[in-house]
Amino acid sequence: MHTEYVSVREGILSLLAEGPSYGFALKTHFETATGGTWPLNVGQVYTTLDRLERDGLVVMEETDDQKLYRLTDAGHDELEDWWEAVPNDGPPPRDELLIKLLLALPHGKEHALAVLSRQRSALAQILHARRQAAITTGANHSGELGQSPTTFAAALLDDAVLMRTEADLRWLDRCEARIVADLKDLTTTGGPEAGADPGHRADTNPPRPNRLGLMRRNRR
Amino acid sequence: MNSNAVVSFEAVTKVFGSGSTEIRALNNVTFNVFPGELVAVMGPSGCGKSTLLHVAGGLERPTSGQVVTAGRNLGDISAQELASLRRNDVGYVFQRLNLIPSLTAMENVMLPLELDGLGSRQARHQAAEALERVRLGDGLSRYPDDFSGGQQQRIAIARAITGTRKVLLADEPTGSLDTLAADAVINLLASLAKDRGTAILLVTHEPRFTAWADRVIYLRDGQVVDESIMSSSAIAEGTVLP
Repeated sequence: MHTEYVSVREGILSLLAEGPSYGFALKTHFETATGGTWPLNVGQVYTTLDRLERDGLVVMEETDDQKLYRLTDAGHDELEDWWEAVPNDGPPPRDELLIKLLLALPHGKEHALAVLSRQRSALAQILHARRQAAITTGANHSGELGQSPTTFAAALLDDAVLMRTEADLRWLDRCEARIVADLKDLTTTGGPEAGADPGHRADTNPPRPNRLGLMRRNRR
Repeated sequence: MNSNAVVSFEAVTKVFGSGSTEIRALNNVTFNVFPGELVAVMGPSGCGKSTLLHVAGGLERPTSGQVVTAGRNLGDISAQELASLRRNDVGYVFQRLNLIPSLTAMENVMLPLELDGLGSRQARHQAAEALERVRLGDGLSRYPDDFSGGQQQRIAIARAITGTRKVLLADEPTGSLDTLAADAVINLLASLAKDRGTAILLVTHEPRFTAWADRVIYLRDGQVVDESIMSSSAIAEGTVLP
């Protein structure tokens, strides 16, 4: 099942657990609860409600030409199961940053270090830009000295982006340490890089930087 | 050398030991820090971050190259001038706060000023002003143990910024704090840079703090391997690819 569908579906179940509601109100409440980061199409809400009704998780009643939705006992059970379930995207991760670095390695460790530096700078720029945006909108929530966040949900959301970007930066630091240690081992033992790193082709010509500062293999 | 810089390194090398035990802690390092800038220095353990800070503050002399801090060339400075530089122009903040538990916040900030020969009244005035700047103006008579970890670090920062110091050197100042308290301390350092024009050199392991930095210098094996200039417009302009 698609992750987004699961989250909208369970999000609506969660909101209906607070009490019966209408389709448009559910859209508004969902957007507020998710810190304004997830705008919903009202058609998407009604499609999801239709599926929930089909599955016996909600019932709909018409009042004053409006459709009021209510959670069923089965819907409550489904929601309880969701609260208890642990999110699991399933290893291994295949995000672009990881794949990019893994694919950079066969081009030589110096090239990988240059790619790594470039990505690290870009991530640091993103962190900086987000903080500047937070200052501009007044959504500064950096501890006891900060101002009040625009909403509590928005503050938690900003924290998530900050911490996940930080995790990527820490991972890049770890990669750099491993690559540098490996290069030092090769220097001290004098062994061929290809022998120490299966799948790596040893450079016969030294790489040279391209206009982005990344190392590029000489064309043959 | 850039004459506008408050801290300027030109081809600086620092070597400890000799022969087989020689360690090149800094290797041909060149960079500048300008007034009002917060520059983060990052890199793996042992890359030379703390040595760089010690050389910038005159706690270590460079083996070769030129270091100018607050307008003074540290290569040919007398011991007396160096002491004056440390007293008047450069402040230090470390992970270990070195606050004296039996002295109040005010007395902790006053103590180095009085040891430096300042009269009690003037020292009290400067200490109160510094504590006000770190937003602890209402806790002057409380003891360090009465404060949270983050607030204690702010007392240490107040002690480092008394008077008209041009440079603040911070070595892992948030190492013992939780993330919210740590962010608040870095927020304070950033505002000191912006509001008072203090040049801040921040050594840190926390990638998150690049969000506050104007520039980030990455060190590896004593060498600058990367220098990122932070600019929100760089991404918008497409000069930096996220």
